[in-house]
Amino acid sequence: MTAVVGPNGSGKSTLLKGITGILRPLGGHIERGGLRISQIAYLPQQAEIDRSFPITVLDLVALGLWHRLGMFGGMKKDLWEQAGQALASVGLEGFERRAIGELSAGQFQRVLFARVLLQDCPVILLDEPFTAIDTRTTADLLDVVQRWHAENRTIIAVLHNFDQVRSYFPKTLMIAREPIGWGNTTDILTPENLQLARQMSEAWDESAAACRRSQA
Amino acid sequence: MNHLSDLFLSPFQDFLFMRHALVACLALALGCGPVGVLLVLRRMSLVGDALSHAVLPGAALGFLISGLSLYAMTLGGLAVGLAVALLAGAVTRLTVLREDASFAALYLISLASGVLLISLRGSNIDLIHVLFGTILAVDDAALILVASITTATLLILALIYRPLIVECFDPGFLRSVGGRGAAMHFIFLVLVVLNLVAGFRALGTLMAVGMMMVPAVSARFWARQVWSTALVAVGIAMLSGYTGLLLSFHANLPSGPAIILTAGLCYVVSVVFGVHGSIYGRHRKGEHLEG
Repeated sequence: MTAVVGPNGSGKSTLLKGITGILRPLGGHIERGGLRISQIAYLPQQAEIDRSFPITVLDLVALGLWHRLGMFGGMKKDLWEQAGQALASVGLEGFERRAIGELSAGQFQRVLFARVLLQDCPVILLDEPFTAIDTRTTADLLDVVQRWHAENRTIIAVLHNFDQVRSYFPKTLMIAREPIGWGNTTDILTPENLQLARQMSEAWDESAAACRRSQA
Repeated sequence: MNHLSDLFLSPFQDFLFMRHALVACLALALGCGPVGVLLVLRRMSLVGDALSHAVLPGAALGFLISGLSLYAMTLGGLAVGLAVALLAGAVTRLTVLREDASFAALYLISLASGVLLISLRGSNIDLIHVLFGTILAVDDAALILVASITTATLLILALIYRPLIVECFDPGFLRSVGGRGAAMHFIFLVLVVLNLVAGFRALGTLMAVGMMMVPAVSARFWARQVWSTALVAVGIAMLSGYTGLLLSFHANLPSGPAIILTAGLCYVVSVVFGVHGSIYGRHRKGEHLEG
């Protein structure tokens, strides 16, 4: 479990998008350690989901089976049951037939977690999964994350709440445009590092020349 | 009883052209219903409108080259419609313009050149035929064309249904699982153009999009899932086709506008009385779910 922390605009989301292959690096390349992109589950910060779309909760969760079904594969009874179980394990039993537009922000985030659950990937990327989510939902979802951890999955999460990071995430990567530190959370979340990150060159240069530093 | 059948059945029993027109309408409804619903869901309602205007110069070119030939006009319309869709997509991808803006610019250019082309040759009557269609002159060849396009549309939609829906409401997810969102988008635009071309012979370029959009927009008030909305849209489109034809027969009205106005009536009823999110539905005290 690794937390990615850093100020706004420091490149956390860009890093995750790079790993999932949504953005291609301008220079250098990304080593995925032999993982296929389809083995990485990704929950974006503000999912560009049309919440008014007429689709039921269960259908949305079932999309997590995409890798097993592809574009054309049919849902079998046991797969529907799996989707139902995923929904139940995020505490939304009985919501199967609701339209997604009827859910609160917290419930909707639970649904998205259920979909990630069903994707069954060895690597899971979460981009600010608990922003605008209440304490109880956050606690429940953190339980889900810990279950993933216990199943030997790799979890990389962008977070802003340092207490969460300290109590749940053993490793931390701190970035502020460039890496500041990567290692045990206790070694990284130090006052000095936080100060460094805060000083991140917020001054942006209108006529900045292209970066010439060698790729680290 | 006899009187009723005079009113509702005998126009179709007595006249071949009415039967032709009815079958064309029903086939159009089958294809246009689901395509329209997807357009609405993708917030592209006006893109359908733009594309229907864009088809005009192609049809006009076909008309100039070989007169009122079904195939020339259809091919021309298809080619220009696809070209506008592709160009708009390219402009959207390569520049700052959004898709609706690039569609607006391109379809106006296309429409203007279409009107210009027709006025170069041919009389105003021809222009009116192309613009408003002549559903009462649908012949066997046109029927076969409409039916083929409908069949192809339904088959292709069935094939790409899942990725298309996901592309509609969560494009980010489709990208992250490696689905081909852009390809789905393009195939869908091809289907839109195909159905517009199928419709323009019967309803005219201006009215063809009505068969697609009005039932789809109305259906949104009656159903809560994509497939059921599409079914309702097909139902409304078929009903409008049948009623519109009867109206035009008995009251001696042009068929295209009669059909679309009937659909428009369904729209008004849906907006006011629909089950989901209509004026009435919103002001009725909603049941409060427990838990």
